Amino acid sequence: MARLAETRRETETARTLLFDVPDWPGHLAGQHVDVRLTADDGYTAQRSYSLSAPDQVELAVQRIGDGEVSPYLTDVIGIGDPVELRGPVGGWFVWRPGTGRAVLLIAGGSGIAPLMAMIRARRLSGDGTPFTLLYSVRTPSDVYFADELRRPVPGLDVTLLYTRGTPDGWLRPPGRLTAADLDPADTDRDCFVCGPTGFVEAAADLLVAHGHDPRRIKTERFG
Amino acid sequence: MTLRHRQAVHGHVDGNALAGPLSELFAVDVTAAEGRCVNCGLTGPIATLMVYDRAPGMVARCAGCDNVVLRLVRTPDAAWLDLTGMTWLRVQLPTTT
Repeated sequence: MARLAETRRETETARTLLFDVPDWPGHLAGQHVDVRLTADDGYTAQRSYSLSAPDQVELAVQRIGDGEVSPYLTDVIGIGDPVELRGPVGGWFVWRPGTGRAVLLIAGGSGIAPLMAMIRARRLSGDGTPFTLLYSVRTPSDVYFADELRRPVPGLDVTLLYTRGTPDGWLRPPGRLTAADLDPADTDRDCFVCGPTGFVEAAADLLVAHGHDPRRIKTERFG
Repeated sequence: MTLRHRQAVHGHVDGNALAGPLSELFAVDVTAAEGRCVNCGLTGPIATLMVYDRAPGMVARCAGCDNVVLRLVRTPDAAWLDLTGMTWLRVQLPTTT
């Protein structure tokens, strides 16, 4: 049984939750957990959440208006409260240090969570592989991990793609990810794409059309 | 809201979502394993299947032809796993000497 240890507000509708889990076996960057809630009458609801740190049981949760699980996690659960977690699970959408291959990460909204675990795993392991993050969000106030992503880390290139509203003076007009956002000369990368289903499928199609090897594109959709 | 409407609203997820439920049955992670669709012959990781999970069970369809590849239903005391849509499953294991 996991217990909530700490929380951080990420955006108006999202927060990061850090859990204490006795005997946690450790995990790979990109893996997830299944969170199961049980009501007093025995009704259960379960959702999957990516681990957003490689060395801690940290989840970044976005509140879904009619959700059964996320509103509890973003607004109700308190420090010390128990939650049933299953995991870590998932062995495909993972990044391991030491491959020597450059990486392209593409996140849509809260799809940043597992990619953040990869960025942090790269830093913690001292891996010097070039990482590029393209992070699509509606507005500047929707950026998760904003302070951390603003701090420069050698070899990590972060580009924010705003779809609805930009900071003042921003050159790129607001809009969805397009071919113009990809570097045409740089297709020799392991790609990880995570976000809502429509976003992921559009991004993966763009990558393939752009010359990326489909076998090197890993995707995770959260519906 | 009908089931069809709900799924249209929420869309599908993918085979990564099978990792937890299948971990109850298998000692290895099956989502990284490769399977072959019995209908169109497409081969790929289980993680790349299209998964519809807003139903009494989970239904995984081939990303190439929409054929149902895997169904998983969990009851209070058992799991039902239907793999008739899959020709084979290849699980990577550590090399033996």
